[in-house]
This record gives sequence, structure tokens and C-alpha cells, in this order.
Amino acid sequence: MPSLDALPLAASASNLLAAREQMAFTLGFHIVLSCIGVALPATILVANYIGLKRDDGDAMELARRWSKAMAVTFAVGAVTGTVLSFEFGLLWPRFMDRFGAAFGIAFAIEGIFFFLEAIFLAIYIYGWKRLSGWAHFWSGVPMVITGIGGAFAVVAANGWMNQPQGFTLDAAGKVVDTNPVQVIFNPASGYEIPHMILAAYMVVGFLVASIYATGMLKGRRDRLHRLGLLIPLVIACIATPIQLFVGDTAARSVADHQPAKFAGMECIQETGTHQTEYIGGICTSSGVKGAIPIPDLDSLLVGFSPDTKVIGLNDIPADQRPPANTLLHLSFDAMVGIGTALLGLGAWLAFVWWRRRDIPKTPWFLRAVAISGGASVLALWCGWIVTEVGRQPWIVQGYMRTAEAVTPAHGIWFSFALVLLLYATIGTVAILILRNMSRRWREGSADPEGTPYAPPTEAPS
Amino acid sequence: MTRADLCAVILWTGATFYALFGGADFGGGFWDLVAGGAERGERPRALIQRSLTPVWEANHVWLIFILVVLWTAFPPAFSAVMTTLYVPIALAAVGIVLRGSGFAFRKSIEGLAGKRAAGATFAISSLLTPFFMGAVVGAIASGNVPGDGDGAPFSSWLEPLPLLTGVMFVASGAYLAAVFLIGDARRGGDDALQRYFARRALAAAAVAGVAAAFGLIELHAEARYIFDRLVDEGLPLVILSAVCGVGVLAILLAAVRRSAAASTRLLRPLAAGAVISVIWGWGVAQFPYLVPTSLKIAQTAAPPDTLSTVIVVFIVAAILVLPALGLLYWLSQKELLGE
Repeated sequence: MPSLDALPLAASASNLLAAREQMAFTLGFHIVLSCIGVALPATILVANYIGLKRDDGDAMELARRWSKAMAVTFAVGAVTGTVLSFEFGLLWPRFMDRFGAAFGIAFAIEGIFFFLEAIFLAIYIYGWKRLSGWAHFWSGVPMVITGIGGAFAVVAANGWMNQPQGFTLDAAGKVVDTNPVQVIFNPASGYEIPHMILAAYMVVGFLVASIYATGMLKGRRDRLHRLGLLIPLVIACIATPIQLFVGDTAARSVADHQPAKFAGMECIQETGTHQTEYIGGICTSSGVKGAIPIPDLDSLLVGFSPDTKVIGLNDIPADQRPPANTLLHLSFDAMVGIGTALLGLGAWLAFVWWRRRDIPKTPWFLRAVAISGGASVLALWCGWIVTEVGRQPWIVQGYMRTAEAVTPAHGIWFSFALVLLLYATIGTVAILILRNMSRRWREGSADPEGTPYAPPTEAPS
Repeated sequence: MTRADLCAVILWTGATFYALFGGADFGGGFWDLVAGGAERGERPRALIQRSLTPVWEANHVWLIFILVVLWTAFPPAFSAVMTTLYVPIALAAVGIVLRGSGFAFRKSIEGLAGKRAAGATFAISSLLTPFFMGAVVGAIASGNVPGDGDGAPFSSWLEPLPLLTGVMFVASGAYLAAVFLIGDARRGGDDALQRYFARRALAAAAVAGVAAAFGLIELHAEARYIFDRLVDEGLPLVILSAVCGVGVLAILLAAVRRSAAASTRLLRPLAAGAVISVIWGWGVAQFPYLVPTSLKIAQTAAPPDTLSTVIVVFIVAAILVLPALGLLYWLSQKELLGE
């Protein structure tokens, strides 16, 4: 069918943008579900532990509910993660062809973690009824370890794209030798991995807490809501200060090893000492407009001294500068800003708890917690924008441009449109189902599980 | 055996597990699709749902495993396949998303209409996904993937052999699922459901057999390299597959006539044996090519330390994952997992 092969589904010249948008969208969608997969098991197990240890029915009920919600998010996460695996080949075949031998190493290890996670997650989620209390609890512990291990491996692969090492190229640019240990333990892994794992715990903690804060604002002040707020919130508030420390280290390492990315996210135009830190604003080649400038702070943050020299975009060849400077800068600021605000939220809780052994009484606290979930997801996305857009035009920093990696295949805009539609639908349905579950739990009605299609007469009205 | 060959064996092992367990999960979706209206199909659907629920995600990971081993150990082959067969691969990916989310949503969604929509999504994509996967495999076997990739995006797989392979994938998944479900129904003490799936296993076996026969004819015409080696080095495995298949048929016929309750114990191993020997027969037949006849295993293999990593990872997986997987199946078969 030669005529069909020649079918121009879309102009392939614009593949790069379409492929980047599709990758960004599918990653952005999946990363939220990955966070849930990484950090929700630990949150559930804390509730489960309290429930078993103190014979606390409310804590047990929370663990049971969260486990049911996780069954939905894990299923969607498993399939959207699979899409990413396909996309490596469908969108970036040249990259995989050239660097799969190095880039793939971390993924091979991730495979083991994902396998074990899927197995123990199933045992835990479906073991509530017939496994004994503590046996069931322990069957859940591997989920926590494998979640962290999986995140470790995947982020190591991303770290390698930022600071690639552990391979030898021949004259033709082909990978002829690899050093798997160096690939996995690349310099970026050191800060990217803890940064992402902590982010997962923050996102899940604030997200779950925000659901219960919303309920409490609606007047549901029972013990279950209080516990449902406190368990995840405490986990997130413990992770936050550590995260700010790790993030600070990460930014310094980016300044050292990826100066183009750093100059982009901080809007530094000219190399020099005494760099001003700009908060907010629009980046232009003639400087930052509309920002709050803090003299010397940028140099101080990078090297603990105003005399620290920071490289500006003027020292980066024009064809190696990251695009969308303002987007990068604002994303970075939003991430840091949200992180700092969440630190404040944690400090507020800690202070009031220390004085009164209670959560702050004012509804403003609950309002703050209610938006913390969405805010932490936003910060998560901003962080990935900084990492990924900031590395452009490279897919493998210094070795391969994203434009070289992209597929020549037709129809990428079409597939992007299809993916948007598909994900919008499953995202909406998943949220509706979770809301519906929560309503049923409140009303104390039975779950509609069991029979796939109940005959109409038995269908809940 | 070189490290590259060993990695090819690992790839094939992953494919075997995926075909057996992932394939059966798709087959379960197929029987869900054809189970009829809400009332008539309620009992088989309930059994399918009970059997699939705790295991499908773990079974699905074999697909990730295959992809990861392929792109890590054989990057040029991965790229060649992806840049040629992106149409059926993208369609299979869409099917995977719809199958998984449809299945998960059906359990938790409220109301008959919602359950029907989610269930239909799950069931239809359970039919389409293995079909497109089969088309991909058939296109590779046909020699339609150039070594440098960028092959014809449509004519590479819109051919009799890839399409027949797609049908074979669907039919053998349905066959495995029906055979597995016979055992699940027997454990539940449901004779009628046991015979229900025995009849369906027979039908699926017949379709798979017919597709395989036509496939052999097409193989002879289109993929001569594989055909010649299949009837030579691969012949013992082909015969083994046929023997297993005949054994399954005999037991199924007896089960339909409800005369051989005890012998159905052999059903699962025999049915699995029939599928395993076909997969390995195909592997032997295309050796030493990974992508016949454009990329040899040695030619497309990653540097040695990467291959060693894949081998070590596989050994670790065999030590950690296989027992865990066994535990999951054991708990599931003991009916200790449920909602």
C-alpha cells in the first residue's frame, strides 16, 4: 500500500515542537501519579500502623480508604508510565538508538523495583479481608522500599541526561563502551534523586491533607478528618525543610555543572560577580523587567560570597542557550516560593502544636492546607520545567541535541492531540471516581465493587 | 553463548512470560467483551474480574521489561522497530491505556451506564491491543523492518502475515484465558461456568489453529528465512507445540462432555506449553537475527558492560521477582486476595 505510506499526516518539520509538547504533557500527567505511587504507600502504612498498634478504628479506616484510592491511581499510573516507555522510541528514536546502551541501564534496574511494587501493591490492596492484620501490614512494607528504589533508578536516568558520564564514544559518535556504575551515580543523581523523592512525599502529604482540610472547612470536624489531615500533613512538613536544603544544594550544583540552565533560570545576562537575585519578572536580553531585585544575593547563594562569579547567558553560545527564559525563571521562582510558603505552613503547625497540642484553630490554617496540595503539584511541575526546558537545546547535555533525537515519523501533532483527549478523559474520570468514592464513604454506603455489571434493578440509583 | 545471545534469551523469556500471563489478561478482556448483556454475562464477567484484578498490573510489567531490555541491550533494533512500526505501536499504547484504566474504573465507578462504558472500553481495548502487538511482531518476522529503521509506516504491517499474527495473538490470549478460567471456575465449584469456558477455549483454539495454518503458508511465501529454519532447527518445538495442543483439545472435549474432572489439572501446563514452544520455535527460527533479516543479535548489541548489567539485573529479578510473583499467584489462587 505505497499510497498510504506517503500520506502526509502532518508536516514532519514541526515534529520537534509537537514531540516536546507531547512528552512534557505525558510526563507532567504521569509524574503526579508516580508521586502517589512513591509516597502514598508510606502514608497508608503509618495510618495502618497506628490503627493496629493502638487499635484505632479511624486510622484503620483511613488506611483502608487510601488503599482503595491507590488501586485507582496505581492502575492509571502503570499505564501512563508505559506510554512514556513507548514514547522513548516513538518520539526520540535517534536518542535511544545512540544512547540506549547507557541511558537504559538505570531503567533496567527500575524494572525490578516496578515489578516488586506492582506485586506487593496488589497483595496489600487486595489483602485487607483475608490476610491477618500484621501480615497484611508487612506485605505493604516492600511497596515503600520499591517506590523509593524505582524513583532512584528513573531519576538517575534523568540525572544522566543532565550530567552524562560513564560511556566512551568512537569517532562516529557511537557508544562503544559503558561504565554502568558511573552512569547510575552521575553527579546530578546525587541531588536530583533526593529532591524528587522528597517532592513525592511533599506532594502526597499536602495533597491528601488538603482533601481533609477541605472537608473540615465544610464542617466535617470528626476525628477521622482530623487524623486524615494530620498524618499526611506531618509527613509533608517533615519533608519540606529537608527539601529546601536539598534544593539549595541542587541549585548550586546546577550553577557549577549546567551554567546555561542556571543563567536561564536566574535570568543572568552578563557573567560577573555581585550578581543580583531577581524575584519574578520578565527576562529580556537587556535585563529583567518588573522583578524585585536583591543585590548580590545570587552570587551569595551560589558561592556564599558576593564576589562569586556567576556565568551569564552572554558566555553561552547563542545556539546553546535554553529557550523560554521567562518561563524558566518564573517556574524556578514559583517552585522556590511555594516550597518556602509550605515551610512556613509547617512552622505554623509545629508552633501551635508545641504550645497547645492541637492544630491551629483559625479557618485560615485549614484554607492554607486546602490549597497546599495543588500548590505542591504546581511546584513539582515547575521543577520539572526547570530541569527539562533548562537543559534544552540538549537531550543529552553537551552530546546530543533534542532536534537530532526526534523521530522523522509523520503525525506527531495528531498523536499529541489524541493523547490530550485521551488523558483529559481518563484524568477527569479518575477524579470523578475518587470524589464519588469519598462521597460514598461519607454516606456509609457500600462500594459498588464485585459484580462488573449489576443488572439494572440492583444498580444504585 | 555470547553475552548478546544471553540478552536475546532474556528478551525472549520476558516475551514468553508476557505472552502467557499478559496474553491471558487480554484474553480475559476478550471473553468479557463477548459475554453478552449485563444479566447474561454477569457470572463469567464476575469470574474474569476476580481472576484479573490482583494480577494484571504485575503481569503488565513484563511488557515494560521487554521494552527496557530491548532498548538497553539492543538500542538500534529498538529504534529500527519504533521508527518503522510506529502506527501499530502507538495504537497498542493507546489500547494499553484504555484497557488498564477501563478495567480499574469499572470496579469503582457507580451506576450501570458508567460500568458499561468503562467495561466496554476495557473489553474492546483488550481485543485491539494484542492485535496490534501481533501485527508488530508479524511485521518484524516478515522482514519488513530495515536495519536503519524508517521503514514503510503502513505497508510494513498491513500485509497478510502481520495481520494473521495479530489474529493469532488475540486467539491465543483468548485460548489461554479460557483455559485459566476453567481452573478458576472449578475452584469456585461452578460446573456450568467450567463448561462455558471449556467451549470457548475450544473455539479459540480452533481460530488460533486456523490462523497458524494460514500463517505458515504466508511464512513460506513472505518470510522464507524463518519458515526454512522453523521446519528444520525449530521442528522439535513445533512438534511439541502440536502435541501440547492436541492434548489440550482432548481434555477440553472431555470437559465439555463433563467426563474428565481430574485430567483438567494438566490443562494449564499443556496450554502454556503449546504457547511457549511456539514462541521459542520462532526464536530459534530467526536466530541469529534479532530483526530478520536486517539486524543480527551481535550487530545490534550494546557494549559488553551494558549487556552484563542486563544479565545481572535479570538474575536479581529471577531471585527477587519470580518468588514474589509466585507468592502473588499463590495468594490469588488460594482466594486470599479480593475486595
